[in-house]
Amino acid sequence: MTDATHTPSDGPMLTADGIPLKKSLQIALRRQKLRALVLIAPLLLFVLISFIAPIADMLFRSVENDIVSQTLPRTVIALQDWDYDDGKAAAPEKEVFAALYVDLSEAEEFKTHTRLGSRLNYETTGMSSLLRKTGRGLRRMGTSIYTEQFEALDPKWVEPAVWVVLMEQPGVATALPETASAWDSWKRIVANKGDLLAEEQPDDFIYTTLYRDLANQPATAIAAYTGAEAGLLMAADSAVDGFETVSLKDQFIKMDEDWASPQVWGTVKAFSSPYTAGYFLASVDLKQTPAGIEQQPENQKVYMLLFGRTMFMSVVIMGSCILLGYPIAYLLSNLPLRTSNLLLILVLLPFWTSLLVRTSAWKVLLQQQGVINDILVWLGLVSDGDRLVMINNQFGTIVAMTHILLPFMILPLYSVMKTIPQTYVRAAKSLGATDWTAFWRVYFPQSVPGIGAGSILVFILSIGYYITPELVGGTTGTFISNRIAYHISSSLNWGLAAALGTILLAVVLLLYWVYDRIVGIDNVSLG
Amino acid sequence: MRKFKKPEVDLVRFVLPLMALAGAGFGFLVGTANGAPLAGTAIGAVCGVILAWVLATYVPSKRTGIAATTVLFAIVGLVLAGSGGIVGGLIVGFVLGWLSYWLSTGSYRAGTQIYATPGQVLWHNTYKLICGIIFFFLIAPILTVMPLSFNAENFFTFTPAMLSFDPEGYSFKHYRDFFTNPDWQQALKNSIQIAPAATMISVSLGTLAAIGLSQPHVPFRRAIMAILISPMIVPLIISAAGMYFFYSRIGLQGTYIGVVLAHAALGIPFVIITVTATLVGFDKSLTRAAANMGANPVTTFFKVQMPLILPGVISGGLFAFITSFDEVVVVLFVGSAGQKTLPWQMFTGLREQISPTILAVATLLVGVSMLLLTTLELLRRRSERLRGLSPG
Repeated sequence: MTDATHTPSDGPMLTADGIPLKKSLQIALRRQKLRALVLIAPLLLFVLISFIAPIADMLFRSVENDIVSQTLPRTVIALQDWDYDDGKAAAPEKEVFAALYVDLSEAEEFKTHTRLGSRLNYETTGMSSLLRKTGRGLRRMGTSIYTEQFEALDPKWVEPAVWVVLMEQPGVATALPETASAWDSWKRIVANKGDLLAEEQPDDFIYTTLYRDLANQPATAIAAYTGAEAGLLMAADSAVDGFETVSLKDQFIKMDEDWASPQVWGTVKAFSSPYTAGYFLASVDLKQTPAGIEQQPENQKVYMLLFGRTMFMSVVIMGSCILLGYPIAYLLSNLPLRTSNLLLILVLLPFWTSLLVRTSAWKVLLQQQGVINDILVWLGLVSDGDRLVMINNQFGTIVAMTHILLPFMILPLYSVMKTIPQTYVRAAKSLGATDWTAFWRVYFPQSVPGIGAGSILVFILSIGYYITPELVGGTTGTFISNRIAYHISSSLNWGLAAALGTILLAVVLLLYWVYDRIVGIDNVSLG
Repeated sequence: MRKFKKPEVDLVRFVLPLMALAGAGFGFLVGTANGAPLAGTAIGAVCGVILAWVLATYVPSKRTGIAATTVLFAIVGLVLAGSGGIVGGLIVGFVLGWLSYWLSTGSYRAGTQIYATPGQVLWHNTYKLICGIIFFFLIAPILTVMPLSFNAENFFTFTPAMLSFDPEGYSFKHYRDFFTNPDWQQALKNSIQIAPAATMISVSLGTLAAIGLSQPHVPFRRAIMAILISPMIVPLIISAAGMYFFYSRIGLQGTYIGVVLAHAALGIPFVIITVTATLVGFDKSLTRAAANMGANPVTTFFKVQMPLILPGVISGGLFAFITSFDEVVVVLFVGSAGQKTLPWQMFTGLREQISPTILAVATLLVGVSMLLLTTLELLRRRSERLRGLSPG
């Protein structure tokens, strides 16, 4: 291989096949990078889909709020001009009620109005029952008079085929905007029922919108329409002024006078945007009302208390882990290797034992009819009548979780202490330091990184714990994670669960960032 | 180094008072149990003194002395409190006998410097006692579960029959229940179906990625590492919530595949960490040598690299397996009743307090974890030997 060295002194260095060395090196490097990425890609893709996407989905759900604008699209648009005005506003105009009538007619078929009700009920109580009641009462709105009057005018109006032809014409959407929009809803309703559009007589709400269009649109707009059935439409347009009418606004308010309350409309308007901070506000005991952000009533403030309790108990657990873990780690690191390996098994066995086994062990020990109480009673230290209550409270959670997380404190502490040379302490003593001074001024400062690593690890693990608090925590020893689980599986308020989870995730990631700065994620050791 | 020479101990002024104290302590406990604390304390103190004096003066053999004391106290226990007293007698006798020799022969100074002051010796022994108590705290809960799983009654505590070693008090009925109850068997079957599948995915993908990550030039290595490690960092309840939302969107919630995917994701960080740690000590010139001799990359991987990193891969796989096998939060949300695993069944059992069968299962699981711990330790040693890091 003499070619590479035989380059002219003025040109670039060349490889055997004549490519400049620099370029050749770049190609090789790029190929190496590519090969590494190809090896990593399958796993990266897998983690992105099976893990990162779910987390992203949760973050999205914590602000997602399209249920109002999806269920009541027309109402939301009609409400834009209405202003809550600190609760002094009157109920909206009749246009809004007409839009609500059409929206609810479709929602009633798909039963989405009940979901909307439970969503809005998180913000204003009573919304759920209001919407259910209204859904049931839609048939009794008295709007059938429009259908009857159109039928009396011309029997062709009740023929489904005529409607299908009319609504398929090109210019009809400009002539009859509301009817065209309502017709789309009708098409979805018929499809949902599995019927044929050409065989179903339109519902009352179609005739209502038709009446509204004919009454509101200027005659020129109707006359501009020249497609099929234009004559039928013209005849109806000239007749509607004599129609008997029904006020939808009055009908709604008659059904439930809450429809006149600005509170209800304010809530609908406040949550009409597709994204909301409402769940996050609820997670910190605030709430979004039509008038702005307010404090939750005193008896409903639970989340700040829970966050505070989670933090407090995690700190206590971390503290007791330091207290119990430090002597053990010190002992292990100062014993001969053979003995310390033997004792390390006593630490690793609980570490490797199933979490549920350890939790059930504590349940067995701490119960009122459990082992510890039995021993105390047998020794006569506690009388049989007043056995100690050690479970289903904070004490039980702290004891059980300290036991479960103690290995996570001992192992990092041990690995740091193993590296501290014993000669330093001996040197300090030979210079006249007492045992305590030598420990406190020389040994302890060197073990602080281990304490830091162990503490953060224990703290992070404990603030997200679910199983143990759920089983031994009772009502006073539960964590924020239990509340998240409750909202997912019992109260079905997924948005709030997602918001609480997002806050918890943010705290944990912040702590990990700190951990990375102190210890480095790469130094995570598994014992 | 000079052999440890036992110092002279003053019997009357040092051993006897301490033994009186120890005896008084035990006497107080026995006395309280029988309703006469003061008398118990006094009798205990006298017994302690007499015992120490007799042992130190007439019984030079430590083993004989301790055995004799243990038997003597066991008989006293039997006489005083029936068969249940034997356990107490055995414990008290052994501790007192051992303590007496420990003090009188000067063994209590072992482990301290020959010039240590009494205060230092006292602190040293107190420290050892504290460590002993903490080790007890760590291990006792797990050990308590084992005998309780043989309980003949449906109690979560020791019955009088158990304490008096009455064979009637023990039975295998909870184990029988575990092996015959369809609920538990279904849960076991699900666990055995889910964990290996999840482990297979995490190990195969994880090993490949770890090899990729250990190449010298990987763009965005930190970011990729952060993403791959994230399932370990994010609290389980948040992973569970996110997976529940997302998997129900794409129709995987409540399916076997959904649970396997979720568990595989949770096991991946463990595989990545252990395998990359093994690869740190891997000698790259070996693969180059193989390539030099005409092996293609696939042959090189399976014939040269894989056998050397196999211990790391297996221990990563064990970590992933135990993660899936022990996992309950995620399966609780992502799974449905058809995917009920063993931990899930235990969880519901503990919540509703149905039967001590849980304790039988717990005992079996402790056995499994001991097995795993041993395997891992053996693998670690083998890996270190292969990499030439330490002789063994």
